[in-house]
Amino acid sequence: MLRLIGRRLLLMIPTLILASVLIFALAEVLPGDVGRSILGPYATQEQVDALNTELGADKPLYERYWNWASGWVTGDWGESLLLKQPVFPVVMKGLGNSLLLAGFALAIIVPLSILLGVFAGLRRDSLLDRGITISSLSMTVIPEFVSGVVLLYVFAVALKWLPVTAMPPDGSPFVYRFYYLILPAIPLMFLELGYIARMARAGTVQVMEMPFIRTAVLKGLPRRRIIFGHLLRNAMVPTVTVIGSQIGWLIGGLVVIETLFVYPGIGKLMVDAALTHDIPMLEAAVLIVAIIYMVSNLFADIIVALLNPRIRKGA
Amino acid sequence: MPSANGQSSGDGAAPRALDVSDLEVTFHRRGRRLPVLKGITMHIERGEAYGLVGESGCGKTTLAMAAMRYLAANGTIDAGRVLVDGQDVSELSEEALRKWRGGKVSMVYQDPTQALSPAMRIGDQLAEVYRYHEGTGKTEAIERARESLRRVAIPDPEATLHRYPFELSGGQQQRVVIAMALSINPQLLILDEPTTGLDATVEAEILDLIEELRGRINAAILLITHNLGLVARLCERVGVLYAGRLVEEGAAKQVFTDPRHPYTMGLLRCVPRFGMNKTDAALQTIPGTLPALGEPLKGCVYSARCPMAKPVCVRREPDLYAWPGDGGARGAAEAEALPPDPAAYSPHHANPVGEASRHVRCYFSPDVPEMPVMTPVLATSLEARGATEGNVLSIENVQRTFKDGRKKLTAVSDISLELKRGETFGLVGESGSGKTTLAKCVTGLIAPDSGTIEFEGGQLRPTAGRRSKDALRAIQMVFQNPDSTLNPSWSTRAILTRAVRKLGGADRASVRGKVDKLSADVRVEPRFLLQKPLDLSGGQKQRIAIARAFAGDPTLVICDEPASALDVSVQASILNLLVELQTNEHVSYVFISHDLAVVRYISDRIGVMYLAELIEVGAAAEVFNPPHHPYTEALLSSIPTLDFDDARQRIPLRGTMPSLSEPPSGCRFHTRCHRLLGDICREQEPPLQEAVSGHTYKCHIPPNELLVLQTETAAAAGRGSAADAAEPQSIGASDLSAPAEV
Repeated sequence: MLRLIGRRLLLMIPTLILASVLIFALAEVLPGDVGRSILGPYATQEQVDALNTELGADKPLYERYWNWASGWVTGDWGESLLLKQPVFPVVMKGLGNSLLLAGFALAIIVPLSILLGVFAGLRRDSLLDRGITISSLSMTVIPEFVSGVVLLYVFAVALKWLPVTAMPPDGSPFVYRFYYLILPAIPLMFLELGYIARMARAGTVQVMEMPFIRTAVLKGLPRRRIIFGHLLRNAMVPTVTVIGSQIGWLIGGLVVIETLFVYPGIGKLMVDAALTHDIPMLEAAVLIVAIIYMVSNLFADIIVALLNPRIRKGA
Repeated sequence: MPSANGQSSGDGAAPRALDVSDLEVTFHRRGRRLPVLKGITMHIERGEAYGLVGESGCGKTTLAMAAMRYLAANGTIDAGRVLVDGQDVSELSEEALRKWRGGKVSMVYQDPTQALSPAMRIGDQLAEVYRYHEGTGKTEAIERARESLRRVAIPDPEATLHRYPFELSGGQQQRVVIAMALSINPQLLILDEPTTGLDATVEAEILDLIEELRGRINAAILLITHNLGLVARLCERVGVLYAGRLVEEGAAKQVFTDPRHPYTMGLLRCVPRFGMNKTDAALQTIPGTLPALGEPLKGCVYSARCPMAKPVCVRREPDLYAWPGDGGARGAAEAEALPPDPAAYSPHHANPVGEASRHVRCYFSPDVPEMPVMTPVLATSLEARGATEGNVLSIENVQRTFKDGRKKLTAVSDISLELKRGETFGLVGESGSGKTTLAKCVTGLIAPDSGTIEFEGGQLRPTAGRRSKDALRAIQMVFQNPDSTLNPSWSTRAILTRAVRKLGGADRASVRGKVDKLSADVRVEPRFLLQKPLDLSGGQKQRIAIARAFAGDPTLVICDEPASALDVSVQASILNLLVELQTNEHVSYVFISHDLAVVRYISDRIGVMYLAELIEVGAAAEVFNPPHHPYTEALLSSIPTLDFDDARQRIPLRGTMPSLSEPPSGCRFHTRCHRLLGDICREQEPPLQEAVSGHTYKCHIPPNELLVLQTETAAAAGRGSAADAAEPQSIGASDLSAPAEV
């Protein structure tokens, strides 16, 4: 088990290097002239050259990459071009906000979707199953900006049950933040619930048909024991993998929701950085999201290994 | 501690273990009613072992599931009762049913790998039976689990408790399943194909265990199997099911030595008896196929396939008449007198007529021993099949090693053999012995590490990708499972057309003709060519797979367990087909199978593999008779046969199969050999001994000594020489006309 984790961690290193090269290339090399792409078409060539020198963009590529990457590792993520302050704390604050939103959403989505999916799978082809499958599927196809706008209008503007913004005023107690996050979390639930529930349902249906479930029934175990002892840990393997891949998206990919609810998460930070050509900020944010993706997938794999002794024992 | 013989004390006349009367089970599919079991009446006495035989789809497993009240969701019991230990199963409440299952009735399944929960330790899986049936505490439950593992003679019970199913061998897994089934001293133990898919020696071990346990437990046994030899060995009585009907029932010995229903006779005739060979007897097959579920049947369910069917058989269905007796004749006269009954089936026919111990559902039971024999093509002599001095295939010192992590597994170790034109070389050995790897080296699917493979005089390149088109065409393969080797989205005509184009290189016009000829050769009717593999029966699919292999007129066809997944009657027809194609086309076969009787039947020469080595090679009859390698001797002793006077001594192999990554020193078989000489076996690699010209084996014991030893064993076992056991038995094709004379 430890060897498995160790191996996966080691594998993350080349992945991370490759990701950083790609991000660096996309942000700094592909636009061509960095200074020009930041200052826009109306700046003079002198201004551009001056900025390039200031940024170090006139140095050779490998040297620029090396400086950036080594700085990144030591926590020196450079300075935001727009805010004129170090990138690190800004990105970390955005990440924290995103983690809170994603964590809040996941805390509702994961148990609920697994519950619904397993229920539907256990009562396959029943009315309940059809109801769960159809409603979760139809929720999944509504884009989050549509559901978000509708929800905002209904619950915040018309009914005034919930606040319009996603952040409480400064100085409010921490728990208030969850109250403010309810509304942004619902569109995410719509999107993810159906997906994860379908996965859980498929896993349940598949495992319920396995001969070892028949063995469990015919050896006279109570239904509860069959579900918790034999079904779930085998049926949840694909679901865990999917959740792992969705966590990355929930943390780094909430551009639309965060923009719509004016929530200062890392998704919004990335978009703003891209729009304002704040390249150090953009690079740092994208790289941190890449790391989140890798870590959440690693966690998913570890849980899968815990569920499956074959993988755990390296067979 | 649970006592192994906890017979319930009390009221004298204890109820029967299983009592089924007039049972009707129907499956419902898309609004159609498909009767699966039609008026089954049978019982199993306490402590009795009852075998239920019949081809797949006859309803055997449905009957068992009805006793467990575990029918598929679309299955209903329309009429009749199932009493287990005197209790009507349908009247149990949910909670009572739960305790019933695993308590009064329990089950052992076909595939132990799938039957055990993959992510739970063996100990927990065993312990939970005690915990949920008897409310035993966790520690005590584990203690009892350990005890139950001891009961089924698992080598290291303590360690096994902590293992997961995938860490056990197939035989050990099945032992665990049996231990689990016996935990609560059931009244009825259902064994559903308990050894199918296990290796011959493992099968023998499991059979020994079941036999030995029977002396200690009081459970009655319902054995469901297609293997008649298994029933002969384990069961007192047997019932033969066909299309949901019980067609014959009686004491196993009587039914198998003197069958009185044409279907029973057909089943017995289509299995190759031990010692039969294609040159001296052809396998009898049952014409036609099993009727599909719900297919309307006129009169006797078997009449459509019965070689002795008469008009009266379709007029009205025969009852289950007592045998011996004249019930059948009277029934036939009655049916003649009555107006034709269009329904031809009513439940009252279900009950056995009379109190006799034997029943047959046939009007013409007295004539069954004279049932007409079909005359499929007999194999001609090797010379007539085009064998010449030269070899078609000669393999020399082929070696292949795989890497598994840091371990090296030698799957094929220094193997040499040759094959003549028109000859069949049978390759036997347990799983993991390297048979398939060797076959893959010949076809070029994997490259050998060293050694040469010569084919028709020229050296073959190691991998198929580098071989000439002609070499590819000339070496073809037929696999075990046609389901996964035929493209499911293509029609069979498309599959064959492509094969003919690729292998035969024919033009458009002649392709059609060639495809038609191929399908005629393998006896697939033209209408099936329009269908996709999914819509064909297993036998038809395998015929298409064989036709595909023959598309380019191959010289050598490698058959990897081509008939193992098929029912016995279909297996017989596939074997006959292979023999016929060989007689006509002079093709050579390498025939891989774990079924020794089948290999003996179809092969001219046989090679025995053990742990990647070819330990014995010779003519089929010689390899299967002493003097032969001790491993071959043990393998042969392990097969259950239909011979009731069989007193062959079982030679149990000690221990388990060693790992390929660390093969034993000296003779690879020494760790399990029953004829171990001593240190010489452990230290020195045995020489190749020649028993007769062309029959060699790897052992330190010279042939004359081995012959004496092995003949002594056979004699000590009480009956003649071991060679007798290889004679065709009761209903062998040699005396088909009088099977009753045993």
